[in-house]
Amino acid sequence: MTVKVNGKEEVLEKEISLLQFLQSKNIDLDVVVVEYNYDIVQRDKWGEITLKEGDNLEVLQFVGGG
Amino acid sequence: MTDKLIIGGKEITNRFFTGTGKHANNAIIPQLVNESGIEVITVALRRVDLTSPQENILNYIPKRCILLPNTSGARNAEEAVRIAKLARACGCGNWVKIEVISDNKYLLPDNYETAKATEMLVKEGFVVLPYVSPDLMVAKDLENAGAAAVMPLGAPIGTNRGLQTRELIRILIDEINLPIIVDAGIGRPSEAAEAMEMGAAAVLANTAVATARDPVTMAKAFSMAVEAGRKAYLAGLGPVKVEAEASSPLTGFLD
Repeated sequence: MTVKVNGKEEVLEKEISLLQFLQSKNIDLDVVVVEYNYDIVQRDKWGEITLKEGDNLEVLQFVGGG
Repeated sequence: MTDKLIIGGKEITNRFFTGTGKHANNAIIPQLVNESGIEVITVALRRVDLTSPQENILNYIPKRCILLPNTSGARNAEEAVRIAKLARACGCGNWVKIEVISDNKYLLPDNYETAKATEMLVKEGFVVLPYVSPDLMVAKDLENAGAAAVMPLGAPIGTNRGLQTRELIRILIDEINLPIIVDAGIGRPSEAAEAMEMGAAAVLANTAVATARDPVTMAKAFSMAVEAGRKAYLAGLGPVKVEAEASSPLTGFLD
């Protein structure tokens, strides 16, 4: 199954939740904000979403800016 | 004398705002913010690199600060609204600096799209500070739409060229019943002071601080200049004259 994450396609071996997917990455989950198919998902709901073919994810955080 | 700037229901004492971009070392940010007593500070929102952990910029911003996320990267109103909502979801407040830019050479804001985004975000309950080219008609639209302030540029972003738009900003200060915060292009503390003498409510400078040889001292210089300019504005500048007018009495001279 292929999903798009931050503009790049990624192949997932098996069905996993959004939370499991994020936990598999080398990121600080406390500081990111996640958009799932163009809707913001609050962090307490990450475990309730199962990723499916063609999903679009954006994972963002604050950075330096003016 | 108390002279507080109130935006979105919050009292702001230090009228110098800064940004967190372009710093060679983020560790300098808390130092310059604390030593200058800076209260309002901008950040941007970007995609996370999923392969390597990134520094969390929030770790460098003192908790007492008001966070002003920008919508940089937005090319139209819809994108600005999307970024603003994501920023708010980060849980650091509901302020947003709208930045809608599609001109890559001069990074001039798209006033029309910015006005549209302002209207939408005010309805969503944001405290909206739109970054615009100083245009009176657009500023009136922003005021009617419920913006919390108007942020006209002094010169293109990152240029350090100063108050090139002086006259247009003067008109905004005169005609718009909102805080006018000069943002972008201010390169020197003297230029920040001049904007404040004209009656600007605050000045935001990022590049001028971040690219100074000593950003901590430069932030302090800007804070002091902004405070001096504000005091001068409140004191009321003396009249400008073409011909000399003696300051000493013109009688009682020695023979």
